[in-house]
Amino acid sequence: MVSLFKRRGGRRDDVPVDVQGRRAVIEIQGVTKTYAMGDIEVHALRGVDLTIYEGEFVSIMGPSGSGKSTLMNILGALDQPTSGAYRLDGVDVSRLSESDLAKVRNKKIGFVFQNFNLLKRTTAQRQVELPLIYAGAGGRSRKAKAALESVGLGQRLNHLPSELSGGQQQRVAIARALVNEPAMILADEPTGNLDSRSGAEVLQIFQTLNRERGITVVFVTHDSWIARHTQRVIMLRDGQIVADAPIAEPLIAGHNERPSMEDEMEAVLKTVYYGGKEEEYT
Amino acid sequence: MTLFESLRIAIGSLLINRLRAALTTLGIIIGVGAVIGLVSLGRGVEDYIASEFQSLGSNVLFVFSSPPTSSTRRGIQPMTTKEAEALRSRAVAPSIRTLAMETLAGGIVAAGSNAIQLSVSGVTPNFIEVRSWAIRDGAWISEADNDRAARVIVLGTTVVERLFGDKMIDPVGRTVTVNERVFTVIGVLEEQGGGIGFIGDQNEVAFMPILTAQTRMGSTRTRDGGYRVDVLHIQALDEESMDSATQEVETFLSDAHGVQFQGEQDFTIINQADLLSSLGAITGILTVFLSLLAGISLLVGGIGIMNIMLVSVTERTREIGLRKAVGARGGDILLQFLIESVILSLLGGALGVALGWLIITIGALLVPDLRLSITTDAVVLATFVSSFIGVFFGLYPASRAARMRPIDALRFE
Repeated sequence: MVSLFKRRGGRRDDVPVDVQGRRAVIEIQGVTKTYAMGDIEVHALRGVDLTIYEGEFVSIMGPSGSGKSTLMNILGALDQPTSGAYRLDGVDVSRLSESDLAKVRNKKIGFVFQNFNLLKRTTAQRQVELPLIYAGAGGRSRKAKAALESVGLGQRLNHLPSELSGGQQQRVAIARALVNEPAMILADEPTGNLDSRSGAEVLQIFQTLNRERGITVVFVTHDSWIARHTQRVIMLRDGQIVADAPIAEPLIAGHNERPSMEDEMEAVLKTVYYGGKEEEYT
Repeated sequence: MTLFESLRIAIGSLLINRLRAALTTLGIIIGVGAVIGLVSLGRGVEDYIASEFQSLGSNVLFVFSSPPTSSTRRGIQPMTTKEAEALRSRAVAPSIRTLAMETLAGGIVAAGSNAIQLSVSGVTPNFIEVRSWAIRDGAWISEADNDRAARVIVLGTTVVERLFGDKMIDPVGRTVTVNERVFTVIGVLEEQGGGIGFIGDQNEVAFMPILTAQTRMGSTRTRDGGYRVDVLHIQALDEESMDSATQEVETFLSDAHGVQFQGEQDFTIINQADLLSSLGAITGILTVFLSLLAGISLLVGGIGIMNIMLVSVTERTREIGLRKAVGARGGDILLQFLIESVILSLLGGALGVALGWLIITIGALLVPDLRLSITTDAVVLATFVSSFIGVFFGLYPASRAARMRPIDALRFE
């Protein structure tokens, strides 16, 4: 495990590659997760296979109870699968110790949460430096400044969370997720606490980061409007993937007005398999 | 992550929660302040008592008549001038340097319209050497005064004050009456320290020549042809010869009074050093007791730290979750919380030393006779104990924080 980190810059050869020549960032095979809730066993995930390639912009959707959050926890190395394999950027993380998992989260994953999770009374710059501190990295203030500039907050370095709008706070969180140059950014309902305009701004930042810097982004959301801004939708139901398809025409953030509920449903149904019979979808 | 980083994070977190940090340290501040204040108070009392006894003179034994404890013998045979003269002999008691005699004359001392009840003593002229006292005005009783049983008297300052209205008055040459017999004041003693001491006010005294007390104040003749003596003040040659001096007096007086069995002695010998050490034991217990009390408050302070740290861990669950999500290991979190608790308790310790100093300063103002000071060992102890408390009581909350699972911590509302 340690040796894998040592050759951080090195490329592994046994990583799957897709048709466009992109390497797999996430490889999940036969992952299950079972919780014991009292006497009852809850099968949150019942055998999930999933590969996400670098530079992809994916959203994972599903109703509550579908195993969406469980899958996100496993993807984020916050939790371990009961069985199955999970390779993140070529490293098998399904059997790592607690402290090695912390290292994986630090170096390979950038988290963005629905409620921002910023430290109170801490300046934007210090927030962004946090992952660098735990990484023991040098040049912290320079890197933190660069990350904040890349989300358009170069002028807000010394602002406290209480002095920033919700959208700005979420941008600080994105900068914090970016700063260690992770293999992917994992965002859990990143616009859930924002109004439409701030939400669009945040989506725009993710799209720009993905398009211009090739950063792999995984959204976990139940909001199909948000999902339509990504390139690929994975639908979970009852602990299994029931649909996995590219979005024909991803929306460009800020260019489209959010449609009415009815229109939105219809649009989703057009592009995304919703869990009926296989023939209905194709 | 380096220790320095942990330190920075911990200090940062404390600064973010200033009020809580201040409240947490309060317990330790009071605890350490109490330890330092009370220990110093206990020591001050010990020193004070020791110095009180120093005013009795050094290497001094007191012998006075007392009823026998054994039922085989009743009554007291008083000590006599003959016995005392014999004890002065090198052959009988080689460990004795000086022996002074005291015979109580009692009575009412009056000057003009002022009269006070006072235990007036007749003493031999060498009494002042044994007690290491000095004369402020006039002169002390001379051999000549004693030989002719002169009606002269030397007063303590309290007596001067009560008879003449002001203790600074020089009454030499004036007359007073003792049990209606007229005496001339020839001297005033230097004021003794520790005027409120539990030994009694050593300035509320009056002395006349012993022969005057024995011959002019009433019949004190004894069967062996001498006069009655109530107290022997004996100064030993040095500290080492205190025990042998006690032994010599015991042997001689037992023999002279026909004591055959243990418990039949009709006299008591008090060794100033013994008195000091037994009182020292009592004040030592006092100090230990006070320290114990203070220690309990320190313990309570420590539990307060633990309590608030636990609350803080719960309150900061999401912060812990976030830190873990961005790469903090359990050890990093443990260290952060442990350092926070150690900083709080060390800070509390430092402020506690200041509080202790304040207590001592106020105490010294209220009771000027007590010499109170902060000793380095108290400060070292306070520092050591408070950092120990920080580690000990911080460990449990910190390990709880460290063991939190990031998903649970992040989901915590």
